[in-house]
Amino acid sequence: MATTQYLFAGFGGQGILFSGKFLAYKGLSENNQVSWLPSYGPEMRGGTASCSVIISDTAIGSPIVSKPDVLVAMNLPSLDKYEDSVASGGTIFVDSTLIERKVKRTDVKVHYINATGLANENNMPTLANMIIVGKVMAEMGQFNKEGIDAALSKVISARHANMLEFNLKALNLGKEN
Amino acid sequence: MKGNEAIAEAAIIAGCRHYFGYPITPQTEIAAYMAKRMPKIGGCFLQAESEIAAINMVYGVASTGHRVMTSSSSPGVSLKGEGLSYLAGADMPALIVNVQRGGPGLGGIQPSQSDYFQATKGGAHGDFHMIVLAPASVQEMADLTVKGFELADKYRMTSMILADGTMGQMMEPVSLDFDVKPAPEKPWATNGTNLEREHNITNSLFLSPEKLEEENFKRYERYKVIEENETMYEEYMMEDAEICVTAFGIASRVAKNAIDEARKQGIKVGLIRPITLWPFPVAPFKKAAEQVKGIISVELSMGQMIEDVRLASECKVPVTLCNRAGGMIPSPEQVLEAIISMNNGGAK
Amino acid sequence: MVVFDKPHALADVPLHYCPGCTHGIVHRLVAEVMDELGIEGKTIGIAPVGCSVMAYDYFNCDMVEAAHGRAPAVATGVKRALPENIVFTYQGDGDLASIGMAETVHAAARNENITIIFINNAIYGMTGGQMAPTSLPGQVTQTSPYGRDVNHCGFPIKVCEMLSQLDGAEYLERVAVNNVKNVKAAKKAIKKAFQNQVDGKGFSLVEVISSCPTNWGMTPQKALEWIDEKMIPYYPLGVYKDRSAEKEDA
Repeated sequence: MATTQYLFAGFGGQGILFSGKFLAYKGLSENNQVSWLPSYGPEMRGGTASCSVIISDTAIGSPIVSKPDVLVAMNLPSLDKYEDSVASGGTIFVDSTLIERKVKRTDVKVHYINATGLANENNMPTLANMIIVGKVMAEMGQFNKEGIDAALSKVISARHANMLEFNLKALNLGKEN
Repeated sequence: MKGNEAIAEAAIIAGCRHYFGYPITPQTEIAAYMAKRMPKIGGCFLQAESEIAAINMVYGVASTGHRVMTSSSSPGVSLKGEGLSYLAGADMPALIVNVQRGGPGLGGIQPSQSDYFQATKGGAHGDFHMIVLAPASVQEMADLTVKGFELADKYRMTSMILADGTMGQMMEPVSLDFDVKPAPEKPWATNGTNLEREHNITNSLFLSPEKLEEENFKRYERYKVIEENETMYEEYMMEDAEICVTAFGIASRVAKNAIDEARKQGIKVGLIRPITLWPFPVAPFKKAAEQVKGIISVELSMGQMIEDVRLASECKVPVTLCNRAGGMIPSPEQVLEAIISMNNGGAK
Repeated sequence: MVVFDKPHALADVPLHYCPGCTHGIVHRLVAEVMDELGIEGKTIGIAPVGCSVMAYDYFNCDMVEAAHGRAPAVATGVKRALPENIVFTYQGDGDLASIGMAETVHAAARNENITIIFINNAIYGMTGGQMAPTSLPGQVTQTSPYGRDVNHCGFPIKVCEMLSQLDGAEYLERVAVNNVKNVKAAKKAIKKAFQNQVDGKGFSLVEVISSCPTNWGMTPQKALEWIDEKMIPYYPLGVYKDRSAEKEDA
């Protein structure tokens, strides 16, 4: 797979940084080079949040993703801001619950997923991020159990072990929708 | 592991048991990490009332001979300037971390390299230097922290880790398997005479100009040894390079992407990445100046390291600046453009 | 029979202080206390910036020279690294109550287990007689040539009264060294301030009302009288806080 550059973007509080971290740990558990770089700002909640994740089988140069192969947009401002930056032939994942408009680009693949809606329907309102990551992994052909288990054990502390099951369920929901 | 956390854990591994700091973005993870870990290993984390107090607490611990550190970001490091000068004047070993953000003034909180002058040219009043280490990966954040403590003790001076917001915030895999050299004997420490020796004095006051000059000369003799023995840099694809890019920290990683792309296009370009910013690696630039047709300095500042690059290359070839400032980061495309422009003879 | 000798903790070197200055008296009291408590070998003193900047040459214990006002922060570092040792600072009014006020207040708030000897002579001595944070209303100095105008540059700071409001501080006492009786009381207070540290009780500060004949423009004798006439009425002597004693009373 050489190098894949991911950009996750949305509101603070949607778990943008968490889902990026999950994917980075999954990449690491599969013996790849990885980097994870968050945007950071004065807001703790409610502002915009994004993170760059690079997964590569060779050494990673800049950790900054300016031309993502994969964009995950979880709100409209993020899609507006980053749509044009996606590499030609890349993929955009759109949370269609929160973003009503369609992607304008014609040279990229697009997946619309009702992530926030599904999360609410399934009583896991905070896990729209993981639903969409499930979809990302499925579409990228990387939905494998070993990597997912390894990564979840890294990003979910023992104290919150009860959340493991919900996260797995969310990932599966994403895969199936 | 985040870069900031890598620094904190590496410091603990290096035997540092005292940390003093004051909250400031984007380095606060270091303080948070220390606050969590230090009490569990019998160490001391203390949130000081100001940056000034923090650096003076560092001075106090350093005078007892224990390994000690503080960390901050640009505006906070300015406040620490006073203490940095006193540490230098009293020949006290300590580690200072600056996770730089944009300036001047309150500036911003996004990554920057605009404290290069401050770090490499002394950082406060008086004749002195600090050993300045510029990590370009989370692994190096850890490695250079350990190295920083060792060098500080070896030469009785302050080491500074000059990182930036990106290095502090990013996560990469990191190995913390270190073979730490034990701290040397410190017979100069002010830790109580036990009535067994003459009293020691930790001091930077010398009212006799002859004596003060002598102290400065002695210190600069030591600096010469450091310049000869401790300079560190990395060369990337320089063997056949006709264009040289130079950058440190995050800028060097952006530059590598651009160089890889330029090589694909058949342009012979390489990178010199200073790891010690003081002492500055003069030799590779001297050599490069005989080999390349120009040097491009990639910086997150209005052009600071470029002055040392020009001095080191003795202005034998054109040196141009490729930069962003105020918290912006040059893109690989911008660097590539600069390379192509120089390759086409368009060095400005 | 030896009836008067130098304390061991006081170095046998000439002091640079002006004739009639009371620094010499306070140095001696601190050294006597170190001798009596047998702590010289494990004591680290922190010298300030000001007239007593060279105190590091006058005490035989290990000494650290601090930047102006930072002695309590430096002492905090030393004490945290060497909790079994004894750490004291020796600071003037400009050092402690002006440029170093934040360090003073926060060391007290943290109840750092250190001892502070605070020399209040209402003037900047070393730089040649400028107005101090403790200069009295109306006091003529080089930088208040028409007398300290409180409407223009504010009121003097009463350090013991101010710090007594902090829950952290253990022991605060104001003494003077202008006559034998007061010197004896000062010695007792200084000894208690060190003993408190030995006993792990915490932040102990003794404010010593002192004279500066040179910069006050008086004879040494007149300066000692001025302490009684002007200084003590504004800065009343006494214990401002003694937390352990308060607990015993309760």
